Amino acid sequence: MERFSYLGVLVFIVVGSGWLEFGLRTNVLRRWRRFVLSVAPVVALFLVWDAYAIAQGHWTFDPERTTGATVGAGIPLEELIFFLAVPFAAVLSLEAIRSVRGWTINDEPPEEAP
Amino acid sequence: MTYTELALLGVGLTVLLDLVVLRTRLLLHRAFWAAYAIIVFFQLLTNGVLTGFEIVRYSGDAIMGSSAPAFIGDGRIAYAPVEDLLFGFALVVQTLVWWVWWGRRGVQYRPLAGPPIWRGGRDSSGPAASGEGSGGAASMDGAEPGR
Repeated sequence: MERFSYLGVLVFIVVGSGWLEFGLRTNVLRRWRRFVLSVAPVVALFLVWDAYAIAQGHWTFDPERTTGATVGAGIPLEELIFFLAVPFAAVLSLEAIRSVRGWTINDEPPEEAP
Repeated sequence: MTYTELALLGVGLTVLLDLVVLRTRLLLHRAFWAAYAIIVFFQLLTNGVLTGFEIVRYSGDAIMGSSAPAFIGDGRIAYAPVEDLLFGFALVVQTLVWWVWWGRRGVQYRPLAGPPIWRGGRDSSGPAASGEGSGGAASMDGAEPGR
């Protein structure tokens, strides 16, 4: 079970933020195409950063606490999921603030912009 | 380059992306900072687990501090190197900048968020909203003031 440690943290991130989608009606899943478009360049960039950091020895992963699956360039599968889970939680957090406070960010439909 | 240098570079480029390149100006909106306060709290928590239990280890040559995870001090906060806060800022802000940018271009700005279920009422998307922002979305985008 120890090798699922990193994966467990990722599950916490998704579950810990995921309730906002239903509790606060953040409606991010219903805007999934926009999310995919937003996260794609970020995932690409951070995978490159990760590959460089791993190659340079900036950071290493405990083989006992990761699944051992990789997605190339020595990057653990968990890292790819991390680069999807954290942006997902971030967008949910931003939309949660909008849901509760009603503050605008200037990306609302034109007729509803202040 | 060290992790310290790359992290500072990452923050700089992220701020430029928001304020100059895409002009989303997310960093000038309080909604972002309110969300970011929540995100940082959970980053310290989850990253503290990853670094404190040494699921991820850092080379002392790449960061300001040493490779030994201290709870606080030696270039670390809640076991994680302070560089991770910069890394996280870049990751989160870039995502949200693109999210806002696509919204401004009329890509699925609907259904809007809210209201919270405890306030009752309908989902703000309403019965007619498909959430696609289809049809006039792209042309309406051009009429949006302040772009």
